[in-house]
Amino acid sequence: MTELHHVGSRAPRIDGLDKVTGAARFVDDLEFGPDLLHAAVVESPHAHARIIDIDTSTAEAMPGVVKVVTGRDFPFTFGLYMKDRYVFAQDRVRFVGEQVAAVVARDPAAARRAARAVNVTYQTLHAVLDPEEALEDETTLLHPGLGEYPHVPWFFPHGGTNVAHWRKTRKGDVDAGFAAADVILEDTYRVPRYAHCAIEPHVVVAEQDHAGRLTVWSASQSPYIQRDLFAQALAPLGLSHHDIRVITPYVGGGFGGKAGVTMEIIGAALATAVKGHPVKLRWSREQEFYNTYQRQGLVARIKVGARSDGTITALEHELHWDAGAYVEYGANVVNAAGLSATGPYRIPNVSIDSLCIYTNLPPGGPYRGFGYSEFHFGLESHMTRLARELAIDPVEFRRINAIGEGDELPYGAAMNPSGLIEAIDRTAAAIDWGETEVSPDPRKRIGKGFSLFWKAPAMPPNASSASFLKFNEDGSINITVSGMEIGQGYLTAMAQIAGEVLAVPPSRIRVETPDTDRNPYEWQTVASHITWSCGNAVQGAAVEARDRIIETVHAARGYEEGTLYLEDEMVKCETDPDFRLPLRDFVVGGLEMEDGTWRGGPIVGSGSFMPDFASAQSDPETSQGGHPNVHYTVGAAGVVLEIDIETGKMKVLRAALAVDVGKAINPTTVEGQIVGGMLQGLATVLYEDMRFDDEGRLLNPNFTDYKIPTSLDTPVRVIPIIVEVPQPDGPFGARGVGEHTMIPAAPMVANAVADATGLRITSMPITAEKVAMALLEPV
Amino acid sequence: MRHDIEMRVNGERRSIDVLPREVLLDVLRTRLGVKSPKVGCERGDCGACTVLLDGTSVRSCLVLAVEVDGHEITTVEGIEHDGLTAVQEALIEQSSFQCGFCAPGIVVAAAELVAGTPHPTTEEVREAISGNLCRCTGYDSIVDAVVAATRSAAHVGDRP
Repeated sequence: MTELHHVGSRAPRIDGLDKVTGAARFVDDLEFGPDLLHAAVVESPHAHARIIDIDTSTAEAMPGVVKVVTGRDFPFTFGLYMKDRYVFAQDRVRFVGEQVAAVVARDPAAARRAARAVNVTYQTLHAVLDPEEALEDETTLLHPGLGEYPHVPWFFPHGGTNVAHWRKTRKGDVDAGFAAADVILEDTYRVPRYAHCAIEPHVVVAEQDHAGRLTVWSASQSPYIQRDLFAQALAPLGLSHHDIRVITPYVGGGFGGKAGVTMEIIGAALATAVKGHPVKLRWSREQEFYNTYQRQGLVARIKVGARSDGTITALEHELHWDAGAYVEYGANVVNAAGLSATGPYRIPNVSIDSLCIYTNLPPGGPYRGFGYSEFHFGLESHMTRLARELAIDPVEFRRINAIGEGDELPYGAAMNPSGLIEAIDRTAAAIDWGETEVSPDPRKRIGKGFSLFWKAPAMPPNASSASFLKFNEDGSINITVSGMEIGQGYLTAMAQIAGEVLAVPPSRIRVETPDTDRNPYEWQTVASHITWSCGNAVQGAAVEARDRIIETVHAARGYEEGTLYLEDEMVKCETDPDFRLPLRDFVVGGLEMEDGTWRGGPIVGSGSFMPDFASAQSDPETSQGGHPNVHYTVGAAGVVLEIDIETGKMKVLRAALAVDVGKAINPTTVEGQIVGGMLQGLATVLYEDMRFDDEGRLLNPNFTDYKIPTSLDTPVRVIPIIVEVPQPDGPFGARGVGEHTMIPAAPMVANAVADATGLRITSMPITAEKVAMALLEPV
Repeated sequence: MRHDIEMRVNGERRSIDVLPREVLLDVLRTRLGVKSPKVGCERGDCGACTVLLDGTSVRSCLVLAVEVDGHEITTVEGIEHDGLTAVQEALIEQSSFQCGFCAPGIVVAAAELVAGTPHPTTEEVREAISGNLCRCTGYDSIVDAVVAATRSAAHVGDRP
């Protein structure tokens, strides 16, 4: 493949027309007819309580009510990596907002009214809201059954404590590393919880028909995981994968919040209780905040030693995660951080402890960055501080220690190819690193901040993707896959990959959103892995179809297979320049022979991909020996920040982010990830955080009090920089990019605040208020 | 107590009876089958439900259906009924949206802007869509497309 026509082009998104015209249908837009029922849930008002009694009699008698269910009807657990979560609370509730019961009624208002009439008697228990307290408190155990929950083999729960998983990574000799250091810096950093804030709330419609078939329409990143977890949880009702179908149309934003299974299990369970009727459950914006996954809070103690020449000799990183009431997904966030909390640095001596701690707050889970956004705040703040202590320029310090291809990763395997140094240099140039900028306004100071980042997909070693491809009579193509278009441009990327192989423009290729009955398997759309993983599957399907095309033309026209190639929607021949056979002439109907018989037939292709080098098997005390991560995507970011020293108000004058994507399948959508992810990251440091009262109630579950950026809150200028050092096992060299762009925003701002004012703020967010108050304090 | 109301929705006269508490967004979506305005927050924060009421953008989750009796409602379907507007074409060409859930509201807000200001500045576009939350894009790709579409002297505004 010498010259690329579609891969690497700025082809307009193939879903653009749907979205700009309002034609795009989301789950809430689907019609289910007059028999559609509506559900409302009864929620725990307590962060921790025993359920003494549930009286549903009043609710059941209310007009319009079809069914009331409680945990007695569904005594089932579920979970992606650990089965610690309940469809409905059983003997106790563990966070404010947890589902205790549900009402199914003829209309939403009747369901809500009846849900309020369900009378639940609780005996409150002591609630632990702080991970450090939960770690120390041996009398308040959130999950006395922790030791018995089924879980993946790479989790290490500590039964009899609140530690649901403890990932230990040990490499080299940390004591010797610190002994060899000229400077050692230690500090603790705090990161609060955050909300995804996809504009589309979670919504599910489920129907079990009278033949027993359960169909679920959900706003999800994970149709196959949903089917699998529904089948596991509802197996006692006689359901298996064969009986369950999950359909996922367009999704209005995910960011990890719609990965796995959260409220959808309620819809699936309710459908089995009202057979023959579709049931709809749509989260309100408030529920969206307190009963889906939240980004976990983190307390991170970091100790790093370095020689005076800038070489890092040792790192100790202790991460205590506020993982919430259920950690079936969140424990893998903890795991991912525990394997990679060195950041993209070559460090010979490493000790990482990453602890997943139950608290009586809403369940933690995946959020863009998957642990890396959280730990980079402290780590990258720390690296700048250490450089300053060593009197080495922070960018130079990062160049000295940047991990390179073949370097040993924290768990012992070798680092993949990487353009980290190029990313550092181009980012530094974009923000004129080293040049001091002065505001003409004496009240304003300008600082610069820098941060590196890395992230690997966190997934089971056998996470896989598949694709089917078929040609249509006009030479256009339909591809079915089960990755989700959650905004990142995945459908377009898949069309570009197939289009490249088959010489068909992406605008003539439809890529269909998932239906588990029809679209082939995909693990799930998380981890920034589907361009890489599903891209390989789509490339495989396209190559298979191309082989069929070549075979057909060879069989019917006699040209040697090796001389035939595809170009401009035609088959051409190297030895016969006059031969030009349009694909539309034969990809369905075949080619006619002189005797009137036909050759060929409908051209289809299939592809599947699973990495054959990944392994989760390693020493639980050191994490050495396995290959849990398929590759890391790395990069650098920098910011020029203006601070009003009277009000603390900050303005991002310029922000640059360089990321090594291996190969940008579509530079426009990659830039979209950079600009959008950057703002989402900046919001976590400048504006957002979740505030809970001392009883575990979320105080700001709406966009009035949890402010996400508007079009007036963006940086003055964002400079996206694409670095392309190919990933050998990626489609056309591509590797993942979706999450990474959010990761460096918080530490680069912290570093810029320190640069401008001398203030080192070690807890997120860094709001104008916090900066102004800190500036008022006597030094 | 139900009220008979009559409104023009995307140019078509529609008659319907509503309860006093019914909001315009729900009536459009569930009673009239107009699905482009989205339910995002139900309290006027996110702008996903933006429609034009007599040419002025409103959050349809905050408008009671009885209030629009005798008025004209325009959603994205009505804005584009003679074909795509220049703004829509630019939004497609520049791959401005990602998940697209906010797109109908933003297209409506942009149409209102260019009806009164055929050649808006970047700042005017930012101001006009500042009530429409988008979590994916960082907004720049949307603002740039609206400005690019309306820059040419020939552009005389998209009819709302």
